[in-house]
Amino acid sequence: MRSIGERIVIAGLDVGGTKVDAALFDHGRLISKAKVPTDTSSLFDSVWSALEQLLGGVEPTRVERINLSTTLSTNAIVEGTTDPVCMFIESGPGIDPALFSCGDAVVYLEGSIDHRGREIQSFDPEAVKQGGKTFSAEGMEHAGVVTKFCTRNPEHERQIKTLLKPFFSHITMGHTVSGNLNFPRRIATAYLNSAVYKRFSTFAKALSDACSKKGMTPALHILKADGGTLPLHSAVNTPVFTIHSGPTASVAGACVLSSIEGDAILLDIGGTTTDIAFLADGDTLFEPYGISVGSSPTLVRAVYSQSIALGGDSAVSAENGEIRIGPRRVGSPRALGGPLPTPTDAFLSLGLMEMGDRTKALEAMKVLGQQLGLSSLETAQKIARQFVKTIRGRVHELLEEINARPVYTIRELLFGKKVRPRVLSVIGGPAKAVCPLLEEIFGLNCVVPEFHEIANAVGAALSRTTIEITLIADTAEGYVNVPEIDYTATVGEGYTLEEAERDAVEIASRVAREMETGEEMPEAEITEKSSFNMVRGFSRVGRRIRVKAQIKPGILFIPRGGHGC
Amino acid sequence: MLKTGKTLGMVFFPAYDWAISPSHPEREERLLYTQDQVMEEGVFDIEGIHIYNPSVASRDDITRVHFCVPDVEARVPDPHLISAGGAITAGEKLLSGEVEKAFAIVRPPGHHAQRVVYGDRGFCIINIEAVMIEHLRQKFGRKKIAVVDTDCHHGDGTQDIYWNDPDTLYISIHQDGRTLYPGSGFIDELGGPSAYGYTINIPLPPQTGEEGFLYVLDNLVLPILDEYEPDLVINSAGQDNHYTDPITNMKFTAQGYAELNRRLSPDIAVLEGGYSIEGALPYVNLGIILAMAGMDYSHVQEPDYDEFQLRQDPAIGDYIEKLCPALWERWNSRDTRSEGVRKKKEMITESRRVYYDTDGITEQQTRSYYLCEICAGIDVIESRSDRGDHIYAVTVPRGACPSCREKGAFLFESSKKQRFTNRYLQDRDQDEFFTS
Repeated sequence: MRSIGERIVIAGLDVGGTKVDAALFDHGRLISKAKVPTDTSSLFDSVWSALEQLLGGVEPTRVERINLSTTLSTNAIVEGTTDPVCMFIESGPGIDPALFSCGDAVVYLEGSIDHRGREIQSFDPEAVKQGGKTFSAEGMEHAGVVTKFCTRNPEHERQIKTLLKPFFSHITMGHTVSGNLNFPRRIATAYLNSAVYKRFSTFAKALSDACSKKGMTPALHILKADGGTLPLHSAVNTPVFTIHSGPTASVAGACVLSSIEGDAILLDIGGTTTDIAFLADGDTLFEPYGISVGSSPTLVRAVYSQSIALGGDSAVSAENGEIRIGPRRVGSPRALGGPLPTPTDAFLSLGLMEMGDRTKALEAMKVLGQQLGLSSLETAQKIARQFVKTIRGRVHELLEEINARPVYTIRELLFGKKVRPRVLSVIGGPAKAVCPLLEEIFGLNCVVPEFHEIANAVGAALSRTTIEITLIADTAEGYVNVPEIDYTATVGEGYTLEEAERDAVEIASRVAREMETGEEMPEAEITEKSSFNMVRGFSRVGRRIRVKAQIKPGILFIPRGGHGC
Repeated sequence: MLKTGKTLGMVFFPAYDWAISPSHPEREERLLYTQDQVMEEGVFDIEGIHIYNPSVASRDDITRVHFCVPDVEARVPDPHLISAGGAITAGEKLLSGEVEKAFAIVRPPGHHAQRVVYGDRGFCIINIEAVMIEHLRQKFGRKKIAVVDTDCHHGDGTQDIYWNDPDTLYISIHQDGRTLYPGSGFIDELGGPSAYGYTINIPLPPQTGEEGFLYVLDNLVLPILDEYEPDLVINSAGQDNHYTDPITNMKFTAQGYAELNRRLSPDIAVLEGGYSIEGALPYVNLGIILAMAGMDYSHVQEPDYDEFQLRQDPAIGDYIEKLCPALWERWNSRDTRSEGVRKKKEMITESRRVYYDTDGITEQQTRSYYLCEICAGIDVIESRSDRGDHIYAVTVPRGACPSCREKGAFLFESSKKQRFTNRYLQDRDQDEFFTS
């Protein structure tokens, strides 16, 4: 049975730092693609012009879905054009929060909640109101509220938010950004969410208005860092999840296009950098806690992707008889009139790719070769091999780190999953050129998927909703929480792990269906589960249950061959 | 982002799929709340804190320290090998220079495990610190090591293992053995003939608080360490002196533990006991981590901390003030006392009974020390268990002289004429182990 996605016109756009890549699918077939330069002063204009170019002769009203990955939030943070945020932080015992908290103003509250979610000390409502009054008077419109162990008991955050509503236009509560424990990361995440809120909602409004003006009524979805999408109207409340969705679009694209089942290495070789990601049993590997934005680690769930400063345009030089590649990009390859030789010149010289003026590339190799006592082709060969070996070195380091991630059970320690890639999937400009060398030097099969040069746009177009929820129950305290959706209920002593799993799957599936109206969504799956008997004295007083359910990154449909893209 | 003052390597292994029995203090839940606290504090993100998975201790690691009856495979289950492996990993990261301090938060504990192992004593089967220490000595060379045991229970296992080893100073601070398991650790237990005075027991009265512990540290432990000048200080970091611990009677606090660690500044800490899993461990472990990493811990405090309630009875302070000089005198006169013990003897024999509370086994043991003027001398254990074992175990010490090595081999061979169920020869000098 075909999904709805296959029957409609879908546009995928990946807004990068320098260009917007776009792809258009009609009835499962890629019918058009576009590339326009990014105008960082008006991302909306760039998006719109890419869309217009993409549509070409297609009637705009036929577009039923637009999936967009945007650097808007990331750029705002990098450029420091975010809005000031007033943070309300309740810490309780532990590391002094003044050592890591962020925010343009911070109000520290005295209350505390312990690891079981018990209220140890209430906060002072007057201090909350006073803070709200003072800082809203200073012109702050956005606030964040984070209490330690709020995922176990979000009540303080809810109450503080209620008290602050008269003072701020938008308030982020810590427990809604993640069900994972990590107070400093949660503070950073809530802060960033509030800081980019206004920019993002302005962009979202411009986009929906522009669509309306054209008579278009597409479902608008924004890509997240975890390789899935979020409906625009939800993304407005949690714009922090859209940070770093760009590199993710490429990973998603590579993943979709190469349809790999086991463990794999995904490489995206760009001009300046190469991004490295992994698949474990066919699924993308995630960051253990969340992505780092600048120097702030967050709880934003994200596809694991590491960059190295090595790309097709990296400057190549000879130093003391050795080749040096990168880390900087100085300009285009010599073959395209650039100032310095690059790996791309080496690939051109070896006849591995075609582009620009090959004689210029060969000339560059000759000059370098003279310093090394090698012929032009030997030099090119040496550069190409070193290029791939550098990637391999980094890949192996990363795999070692991944396979050393902490485990907490004897079973996992002795028999746990280790990532052992059997295949490489490579996208990006020089993908085809380096494929045979990658095969030789890694000793693995290497695939270059079809449409690899616009994998990011294809990845964006085909992505669908992902969701992850955390269900935490403490039957002795009598509660069950799902922080991500701000849900709390009471449970009886008899609540079991099986019931918790069923509830988590039901909740995650329902939320996903609400976000992805009209699409057939798979049932959520359980990714983590634990149940601990809590024993006091010699009897069991309750259970501590924790379950994570997700709908993992997936695609709306498998694309069919294009018309000679 | 937060940064440490000193780099700290941590092994954090809660063994969530293992318990001695469902309601036993050593059960799955033991480190659950500690992990919650440590994760919520974002400790693993702090720059300068490195997290490692434990390794699994090998058979050789165990036989270097213990005589497992009949053998390692039969006596030592995986959880214990992993717990010891966690300590080893912590120690290796330190000695290889990857980190400046190391802390292994692992379970089960080990400090009640003695040289002979018939089963589980006080939740311990193998002595995880000793297994680590001997592994490190084998890999990084002979070292002078001080073990400071701050578990509330006397570390009778560690005492037994290092009883006659002058390279290892063992100091135990614990609740008085007249009031608590294992009922040993009195001030006149001072060591075997080749290491007399190098075992120091500091029994403290029930209800000792922060004041008392820190007094003992400043007035006795630190001065002794200053004189001994160890290459490495190891803290057997039991956490059951805490005022909320369900099976002990002390009044120590998270702040106290953190402060003790700051002042003691151990190179390596290894978790031992501590069964107040909600009220103490999350805060004590956090305090120790921050103190070892050279970070501020002034905001670490138990939710029910009450300064007034936790004040120490002045009578306890008076008692401790008298106890410290008495112990200092024993330390100071260790050479003359040792001469007195050894005087004109060729062999000294000790006998005792050992009870394995967790497994309900009783052992009758006789240990003979062959005195040598050149090296620490060989010792021989003859032991029977009430399960029918009868073993003979010879130990050749680190740095053994040629004649002692020969004698060790001779005794091992000669024992074959007698009826023993198992015979062992542990050559600590050559790192060899024989059994027949």
